[in-house]
Amino acid sequence: MAQADASMMGAGQGPARAEKLVTSDGTPLKRALERAERQRKLVALGLVTPLLVFLLTVFVWPIAQMMWLSVKNDQIVSAIPRTLDELRTWDGRDLPGENVFAALHADFMEDLERPRREQTTGPMGIRLNYELSAARSAVSRTSRAVAGFEAPYKEAFTDAHRLWGDPALWRIIKREGRPLTLSYYVAALDREYADDGSIVQRDERRRIYVPLFGRTLYLSVVITTMTFLLGFPIAYYMSILPMRQANLLMICVLLPFWTSLLVRTSAWIVLLQQQGVINSGLVGLGLIDDGNRISMIYNQTGTIIAMTHILLPFMVLPLYSVMRTIPPSYMRAAKSLGATPSTAFRRVYFPQTLPGIGAGGVLVFIISIGYYITPALVGGQSGRMISNEIARHIQQSLNWGLAAALGTLLLAGVLILYWLYNRLVGTDSLKFG
Amino acid sequence: MKSTLKLIGASTAASVIAMSAAAQDPVSLTIVSWGGAYTASQVRAYHEPWMEMNPHVTIINDDGSANALASLRAQSQAGNVTWDLVDMLPSDAQLACDEGIILQIDHDEMLAPAPDGTPASEDFLPGSLGECFIPQIVYSTVLTFRPDAFADDNQPSSIADLFDVENFPGRRALQDRPGTNLEWALYADGVDPDDIYDVLSTPEGVDRAFDKLDTIKDHIVFWTEGAQAPQLLADGEVAFATGYNGRMFDAIEVEGMNAEIIWDGQVVEWDGWVVPADGPNVEVVLDYLYFATDTQRLADQAKFISYGPARASSAPLVSTHADLGIDMNPHMPTAPENYFAPIILDNDFWVDYGDELRERFANWMLQ
Repeated sequence: MAQADASMMGAGQGPARAEKLVTSDGTPLKRALERAERQRKLVALGLVTPLLVFLLTVFVWPIAQMMWLSVKNDQIVSAIPRTLDELRTWDGRDLPGENVFAALHADFMEDLERPRREQTTGPMGIRLNYELSAARSAVSRTSRAVAGFEAPYKEAFTDAHRLWGDPALWRIIKREGRPLTLSYYVAALDREYADDGSIVQRDERRRIYVPLFGRTLYLSVVITTMTFLLGFPIAYYMSILPMRQANLLMICVLLPFWTSLLVRTSAWIVLLQQQGVINSGLVGLGLIDDGNRISMIYNQTGTIIAMTHILLPFMVLPLYSVMRTIPPSYMRAAKSLGATPSTAFRRVYFPQTLPGIGAGGVLVFIISIGYYITPALVGGQSGRMISNEIARHIQQSLNWGLAAALGTLLLAGVLILYWLYNRLVGTDSLKFG
Repeated sequence: MKSTLKLIGASTAASVIAMSAAAQDPVSLTIVSWGGAYTASQVRAYHEPWMEMNPHVTIINDDGSANALASLRAQSQAGNVTWDLVDMLPSDAQLACDEGIILQIDHDEMLAPAPDGTPASEDFLPGSLGECFIPQIVYSTVLTFRPDAFADDNQPSSIADLFDVENFPGRRALQDRPGTNLEWALYADGVDPDDIYDVLSTPEGVDRAFDKLDTIKDHIVFWTEGAQAPQLLADGEVAFATGYNGRMFDAIEVEGMNAEIIWDGQVVEWDGWVVPADGPNVEVVLDYLYFATDTQRLADQAKFISYGPARASSAPLVSTHADLGIDMNPHMPTAPENYFAPIILDNDFWVDYGDELRERFANWMLQ
């Protein structure tokens, strides 16, 4: 230790003790080097900046926005601040007192005076309806009639809509009357708040997302396995062929890759549907009878077949590029040392292809876990994946908070799986090409 | 689907004449609708006559209605509203109205009175006008069947027959959403049409509807897009199919499909216009709306598609199909002989309970 210190100090002091090194124009070498280095860095930064800005604006920023949407919860806070103030002392059991209803009346009256665009009761009703069906009409109907209400307000409100007399609605208002919420995540995990505020599992008939996450994982694993089983022999065969034939085969692999996704998916519909080519062929050959055509599409089978086909090149390419670099002499050496062909393959060849398998597997798995268009077209009900549900909430039910929570969970799932992979196999062993 | 943009130019001759008369700045209106035969009927009944009167305006059709609410929201949040007028269902219109992203409508002020002077708010069919919504048509979801799938003396005639797989075997094509299906399950189970939504807003009522649907579950094929239903019938894949009455009319009368409509328990709904707040040409659009929703124009649309006009005063003016020449009156959902047991779709109910029921229905389809 001491020796090492001394030698390091010696190394540090060496040049200082010697005469300063300078370039031909007299600047110290160190500074000249620094300047050149800085220039190089600036050039590199300049070259990378467009990409960096692009990634930040179209990738990082939207993802951050999405994550923000999944916890953002300002609809109730901005609509009824007075009511929330009064609710602070409410015990959460029986109906709140007259003071709360009077505050609600005041809040609604104030909202009526705002211009239509800035009215807050509409969004508040929509927000509450996510938690309790019919809460939207409780808010919208009373908020418009509120000018005619007279004290006691408790009666006026409960007469206007039955839900105002339901402590459950008030518990939700109190719980969601905060600027941030976890309730979208609670819903995304098929859970809900019980009356006492604890989080419980939903009624079995309403559990939908957790099984869907499970199915998405399952389908992705199946698809990854299928691409591996189909891709490995092709890649191996290509790697032992002479370059010219290998290139020809490569074009065959890539050809579907260059065809539009929609064309390929539609082609599968033509082939696989009940009145399609395969079914009609089997009926024509007398292998199945007309009443028992096989359903191969609009279910999980359809999703698996179409997606395996579409993602196959992502498995073949990394495998091929790894196999190409494995010298054939290794196998020959193994055999000459007495290994049977299968042992030589298992113990010598296969382990060397692992980086390719890892890369192909990760690529196919991560692409398929978020796949959207193919399951939507050929998956029917049983072949749907979580991304289809996210799209539904973005486009149809318009519950963007829930869509964002589901998306964030999916993202977190992918990151965890990637982290696990990294721990178990190590990403530096990946070889993409 | 990507929206197809179609440009319709007014005839050059007309524009030259009018330009010299009015010399107004050219305006282009983006009008969003459902595409296909429906947009075509609007083009012929509303857009073309109006552009002839206002040659400085060009109308661009955008088939974006299926996801209109999401798009409107996005446009409004981005502060860049590009749509001028949107064709929408009333439940979506109610949500958009609550969010304040579409204009509130003063019906008597902004819409034409009936020819006899009845103000618009009284002329439109009861319950059809919304705070921000101007109805155009009444359409209905009906049950349709293939007569050749059953014996001549044993033809289905009611919604109850849809749920009777013993007497009427064969596959049934239903839409993959709870709306209409739950109503019909209760109706077939003996609930009076007027009480359906009261029953359906209780948990027991929902269970009852799903129990009834369970009885035919093994015989159901689900469809998603409006065009699929007549296709499934035409291909002989199913014996029964539910579908929009206009599409079924088209398939039966225009394409010659062998099928019949059962009007029993037809689920009746409105469809109409909303005006995005902060749209680029609000004034021009209001001018267009005044014209396009008057008594004659609404009656004209029925020449091209079998959807009923939303104004009471339009009904007597409904005439024959523009291309086929057949009388359109018996094909209207509102024709007395068809309107004997209608179920009026309750939009407030679906806005309130839709999310919950859609989730449960999606789950039910999977099990």
